[in-house]
Amino acid sequence: MKIKPNIAVSDSGFVFNPDTGESFTVNPIGVDIINYLKDNKNTGEISTQIRQKYNVEQPTFEKDFDDFVGLMLNYSLVIND
Amino acid sequence: MEKLRYERPLIKRLESEMPNKFGMKAEHFPKSHIDGVAVKDLLEEHGSPLFVISEKTIRNTYQRAKKAFSTRYPKVQFAWSYKTNYMDAVCNIYHQEGSWAEVVSGFEYDKAIKNGVPGKRIIFNGPDKTISDLTKAIQNESLIHIDHLDELYTIVELTETIKKRPRVAIRVNMDTGVYPMWDRFGFNYENGQAWDALNKIMASGRMDLIGLHTHIGTFMLSAKAYGVAARKLADLALGLKRKYNHDIKYIDLGGGFPSKNTLKGAYLPGNDTNPVFDDFAEEIASALLNSEFSPDALPLLILETGRALVDDAGFLLGTVISNKRSSKGKRNTIIDIGVNLLFTSFWYDHKISPAQEFTHFNEETTVFGPLCMNIDVIRESALLPLLNRGDHFVIHSVGAYNMTQWMQFITLRPRIVLIDMNEKVHIIREAETMDSFNKFENTPEHLKKFEL
Amino acid sequence: MTKKRKLTIAVSGLNAVDSPGPGVAVIRALREAESFDVRIIGIAYESLEPGIFMHNLVDKTYQFPYPSAGVDAILERLEYIHSIEKLDVFIPNFDSELYPFIKLEDTLKEMGIHMFLPTMEQFEERHKVNLNEFGEKYGINVPKSKAIHDLGAIYSISSEFTYPVLVKGKYYDAAVAYNMEQVKTHFNKISAKWGYPIIIQEFVHGTEFNVTGLGDGFGNTIAAVPMRKQYITDKGKAWGGISISDKRMLELTDKFLSQTKWRGGFELELMKNKENEFYLLEINPRMPAWIYLAVGVGQNIPEALVKLALGEKVEPFTSYKVGKMFVRYAWDMIVDMEEFQIISTRGEL
Ligand SMILES: Cc1ncc(COP(=O)(O)O)c(C=O)c1O
Repeated sequence: MKIKPNIAVSDSGFVFNPDTGESFTVNPIGVDIINYLKDNKNTGEISTQIRQKYNVEQPTFEKDFDDFVGLMLNYSLVIND
Repeated sequence: MEKLRYERPLIKRLESEMPNKFGMKAEHFPKSHIDGVAVKDLLEEHGSPLFVISEKTIRNTYQRAKKAFSTRYPKVQFAWSYKTNYMDAVCNIYHQEGSWAEVVSGFEYDKAIKNGVPGKRIIFNGPDKTISDLTKAIQNESLIHIDHLDELYTIVELTETIKKRPRVAIRVNMDTGVYPMWDRFGFNYENGQAWDALNKIMASGRMDLIGLHTHIGTFMLSAKAYGVAARKLADLALGLKRKYNHDIKYIDLGGGFPSKNTLKGAYLPGNDTNPVFDDFAEEIASALLNSEFSPDALPLLILETGRALVDDAGFLLGTVISNKRSSKGKRNTIIDIGVNLLFTSFWYDHKISPAQEFTHFNEETTVFGPLCMNIDVIRESALLPLLNRGDHFVIHSVGAYNMTQWMQFITLRPRIVLIDMNEKVHIIREAETMDSFNKFENTPEHLKKFEL
Repeated sequence: MTKKRKLTIAVSGLNAVDSPGPGVAVIRALREAESFDVRIIGIAYESLEPGIFMHNLVDKTYQFPYPSAGVDAILERLEYIHSIEKLDVFIPNFDSELYPFIKLEDTLKEMGIHMFLPTMEQFEERHKVNLNEFGEKYGINVPKSKAIHDLGAIYSISSEFTYPVLVKGKYYDAAVAYNMEQVKTHFNKISAKWGYPIIIQEFVHGTEFNVTGLGDGFGNTIAAVPMRKQYITDKGKAWGGISISDKRMLELTDKFLSQTKWRGGFELELMKNKENEFYLLEINPRMPAWIYLAVGVGQNIPEALVKLALGEKVEPFTSYKVGKMFVRYAWDMIVDMEEFQIISTRGEL
């Protein structure tokens, strides 16, 4: 799974999809995740990074991560490879 | 480095008509303490869910109501409406503040007596008073509010054997310009039923007709309706004065004032729009003072206010069980409180506050209870911060009718605690247990054994 | 030329859907005020209200909580804005804002923010649901109307009204019904959206007129400009109109103001029937979107309203130019996404 290369996220959490013209807002942890995805980190690496920064157990985060990425897929911001 | 509080990642599409975080109808303030006691500690000690009653809020609210009326009218008496919340501890706070009792069944009547309310200070309302209820009430000189003619005749009959004059009033229903009109209780004003009943009582010569009562509805959003009601009862009283030279002692305007809750479908929050005690007091007092009662024969004004006095003093604390996404992509949150405990969620959009700090990010969420039925919905749509599993929250303004209308269904009913004026916590009702529940059951001998 | 004082004025209603908000028109009027200069603070509810991006009219915009968020949330946001901008005057331009702002008027005054709004009693009394009583109380012709709360009550309509009738929602929406069946359909549709009651109103055939004006709260007419709608959109909104000199409309306005002692801006929606009688259909408790026509004919109502809000004496306008028209145009602005991003994520621009 990859984030589309032309998707950018601003520090304030604004995401614009130039292909569809849609815009989105994300919260700070969402900004982190999108940036990790842009750095081509895989799920395991992202989970480790997030758990270093935030107080969260792995199963909880992974469930929420799947949900988040599911929505991004739905919004055509990521593509399955 | 200390880790940050976790919040689940959130992405929201900006839609043309979608308000952003600054415009949202969010319930944005965390409620981490109730009267100085931490929600977290309460749940740890007493389990989740948990009803919490604030004695401070009860007393403050009562005193505000009392002041609103007594600064405008010389003789005011509140009577605590037992059905609204009949935990003994709660009733007794009102009795300590000077409230009489208002009951609508033999069960509630006995509860009031057991709490130590003198019979003379109990108002007995309702359509279902048994012969033994009425006998007790006559003997104790309670105030019997007659609901229908059958009851009137029963009382006349009872006076043949009981050597006491029953102290009675009639309940009157009327058009006060509000919808719906409650016309199923008592005698109608407009069609002359009420006047007819009063004449029958006077003609019987066996009772003391001492008051007039009405209860025009509940959660009334129009203060004017109470002015109309007071004028109509005053009109009946003056009719009695003219025809029989008889003075009634009190006018009882029942309950019905709203709490701060927001009715479902209302656009503006109830806290902003619902009339307050001062508005009602102004209407009622002007109606009575401007009527033709002579200043030295002004009747006592009785109020049976329930909801408005206790609702905001009750909190329901709970815990998030799970977050899901519905088939249509909407956020669903499941909590450990169902409609079996929060009956009033059928009428109100109850305010829900998280019990811990959170960010301004929020999501439109449907809040479901834990019961296995589709109608177990606490809020169809609430903008809530991103609550995690295990997070605590507080549901506001649940003090009225929930602790009397709750159902034992699927789960057992939880504890109720009271936080007193010194922020000390008391258990006022224990959580139900398997034992307490099974005490009522009896399994016949032949059904006790089976093999699987 | 002496230098004019500068006032900071917050204005809402910057939207422009097919029934546009009055905000931008009010701001144009304030910019042309003779007695003061302005710094304009836009108050927006959504990220795409056009006024947000009109930098020649609006100096800075803040996003604001909806009225449904409650008075506390509104006050909190307002305290924040006030701490930065030091507002002198606040002009709310949406009907739905009025309830909370009327409640907040005294609090805002203590903070130094002035408003000029109708009283809660005036605001409630003119409500659609109460129009019949209003007409009776003040001796003003209104179409017969009746509030109904359940379908059962519609069966009496045929005997009380002649068809067609208007079926109206409590806040918005209206539809014409020519028979009982249609009343039922509209009743169900509108009540599902806006709740109860539904108002059944006599349908007055005729020509539509509007008056906008300003009352000083003591029964005096400070301003009044009558207008005939010339171009009406399918939503019933005027997209073009002309100022007229009808004496009777001015008399009716004077009567409305002297009887109710109306405080603030308003718009009267009138219908003239074949017998040449005026009926009052609705009273909008704020300035209309076409308020700039009033400025164009010589009555700068927003300027006068600001002065009244500040407690200054305002001489009533006594004349206006008849036969001036407004012709509305929708304008496509080119906006950088950067700006949209800022207002969307920071709530300020
Ligand atoms: C006779 C009577 N009095 C008082 C009340 C209390 O009403 P509320 O809780 O609306 O104040 C009720 C409630 O139904 C009632 O039936």
